[in-house]
Amino acid sequence: MADATTKKKGAKTDVLKQYGVSPELALDMMRDMLLYRRFEEKAEEGYAIGKIGGFCHLHIGQEGACVGSIKPLRPDDYVMSAYREHTQAIAKGVTPNAVMAELYGKADGASGGKGGSMHIFDAEVRFMGGHGIVGGQVPLATGIAWKIKYRKEDSVVIVYMGDAAVNQGGFHEALNMAAIWDLPAIYVVENNEYGMGTAFSRVSKTDMTTKALPYGIPCSTVDGQDVLATYAHFRGLAEEVRGGGGPRFVNLQTYRFRGHSMSDPVSGTYRPTKEVEQKKAEHDPIVTLREQLFAAGHLDQDGLEVMDQEARKIAQDAADFAENSPPPDASQLYAHVWAEINANGRLFFDGRGEH
Amino acid sequence: MEQPTPEYLQKTRRGEPVTLLEAISEGLFEEMSSDERVFLLGEDIGTYGGAFKVTRGFLEHFGDRRVIDTPIAEGGFTGAAAGAAHMGLRPVVEMQFMDFISPAYDVITNYIATSLYRGAGPMPLVIRGPVGGGNRGGPFHSQNVEMAFFHTPGLKIVYPSTPYDAKGLIKSAIRDDNPVIFEEHKGLYRAPALREVLPDEDYVVPIGKANTVREGKDLTVVTYGAMVHKSVEAAELLEKEDGLSVEVIDLRTLLPLDDDAIIESVKKTGKVLVVHEDTRTGGIAGEIAIRISEKAFEWLDGPILRVTAIDSPVPYSGSLEDYFLPQTSDVVKAARYLAGY
Repeated sequence: MADATTKKKGAKTDVLKQYGVSPELALDMMRDMLLYRRFEEKAEEGYAIGKIGGFCHLHIGQEGACVGSIKPLRPDDYVMSAYREHTQAIAKGVTPNAVMAELYGKADGASGGKGGSMHIFDAEVRFMGGHGIVGGQVPLATGIAWKIKYRKEDSVVIVYMGDAAVNQGGFHEALNMAAIWDLPAIYVVENNEYGMGTAFSRVSKTDMTTKALPYGIPCSTVDGQDVLATYAHFRGLAEEVRGGGGPRFVNLQTYRFRGHSMSDPVSGTYRPTKEVEQKKAEHDPIVTLREQLFAAGHLDQDGLEVMDQEARKIAQDAADFAENSPPPDASQLYAHVWAEINANGRLFFDGRGEH
Repeated sequence: MEQPTPEYLQKTRRGEPVTLLEAISEGLFEEMSSDERVFLLGEDIGTYGGAFKVTRGFLEHFGDRRVIDTPIAEGGFTGAAAGAAHMGLRPVVEMQFMDFISPAYDVITNYIATSLYRGAGPMPLVIRGPVGGGNRGGPFHSQNVEMAFFHTPGLKIVYPSTPYDAKGLIKSAIRDDNPVIFEEHKGLYRAPALREVLPDEDYVVPIGKANTVREGKDLTVVTYGAMVHKSVEAAELLEKEDGLSVEVIDLRTLLPLDDDAIIESVKKTGKVLVVHEDTRTGGIAGEIAIRISEKAFEWLDGPILRVTAIDSPVPYSGSLEDYFLPQTSDVVKAARYLAGY
């Protein structure tokens, strides 16, 4: 790895310059990644003690892909995702408290406790969800891009999907439309090599980089475990798309350090334990940036410790906030079903109200 | 070469009780063993053994010719299964969650359901998978899908509530010459209380036949799936506390409905409560009520009532989901009102 090489030389090689990233920004990215790691560990803990139920997909290992791709965006840009989206929501501006409260199913959650882990949403900060069915969000994001063009705005939309989503019909239909209509959308595959328990190579004859080619959409590949490279890459892409360059497709290579969801094994029949261990040892995005910052003299162990303590505190505060937030009121079941409250929504018999 | 049958699929052979999930696994395994036309396809069903492990060990035993890991492309692989069924094979499609069936809605309703009608011959396939709430799965992992397909002539819909029925019905579904949608409630999959010893012989439960799981004379509860158990629980409580004699009918098959079983019971009790976990508007209670009105109106001694989920997407939050889902107490309350009518 590059960082190991620079360290051995003992020279203060500053890889930041290569990517045009200021030390302040790089340190900020380190803070973000630490927060996302600690936040997800806290969510993992919440699940283990039964505070979080249902299905919970952690982003641990994929922090570089998250920070590097969202950091270059403007507040008026849109982000849409699938169901491994807790930290992407935070990156786009949803507070850790609101995300954790949603995981806890509480009233102060981003979606009022109605959506849960897979359905975090906050239109105010233009985080457009959290979608729990593979590939379903890809056409929706195309519609967001359509609105941007319709309104003659200069924002862009990034839509994330897992590698297995590219086999869904909706993906292909959406990319074709984005191409023919020249829409400002960046389609990002967070390629962690496995769709749940099935390796990508088992469900696709062709390489990821070919998937957008039939539609005439340029494709690029970037190492999501290297946050600086990812940042620089997406900074360029966002400007191309913003300038009217049309849609882009990104093969964002990454790796998840946990199981597909909380109820799945980290490794086993579908991926070797050795592979996971090797990825964790050599391709941890936090370790990579740490070594880069250490080598360039922008951070030391003490500084890192301070940052990490801050991250742990924010994650703990989020868990405390979620714990103390009230459960949603039952009346919420009749809200947001239609745009109006459903006056006839109560059952003749639902066991509570008078009929 | 085929591997020997895994130990955990031989519980019935050893006389041990099985869960509803294990009963389905056994049923699938036996049908695959006895009929080489039967094959499975779905997401993560092979190497991974399925999201809920219904097909654990199947790949090792039957090989990848008959246990196929598909891409995540429900419309595509359901269509491919239909084509194979058209050619005389008997595919069993697993939806990882039945909520994911929607991309296949076109192929199921337009092509599969009308194949015979269009003169294209039968399409004997089974589409099976987990449904239902109570697991904090949120809006996309908790739905019941029966009513999305109930309106489509040509399909059959099965929804078992016990291991015995699940095994007998999955076998019937595979042997049936019609397309069958087979719903498996997640909350029943591993419910310890439902474990039962099954006959160590080849048996089927006929499609289209309801089962009277509890005899009674004052009131009929028509229900299916997970609500069977809540309804029986309510019936027992009503007998103890109110001295009410409540009959509970488990539909088992939703399409075609077993009108005879429902009407016979209505003529006996004169009062009907329909209980389903699915949401209210457009739920099966409406269809059942009109059939009773058509065929047994003069036997009714009260309004036909229903206890169902609220008309809302399935909420994630535990407190909301518990409120959203019909509970035993709701059945008790409605039954008391009806009994006193």
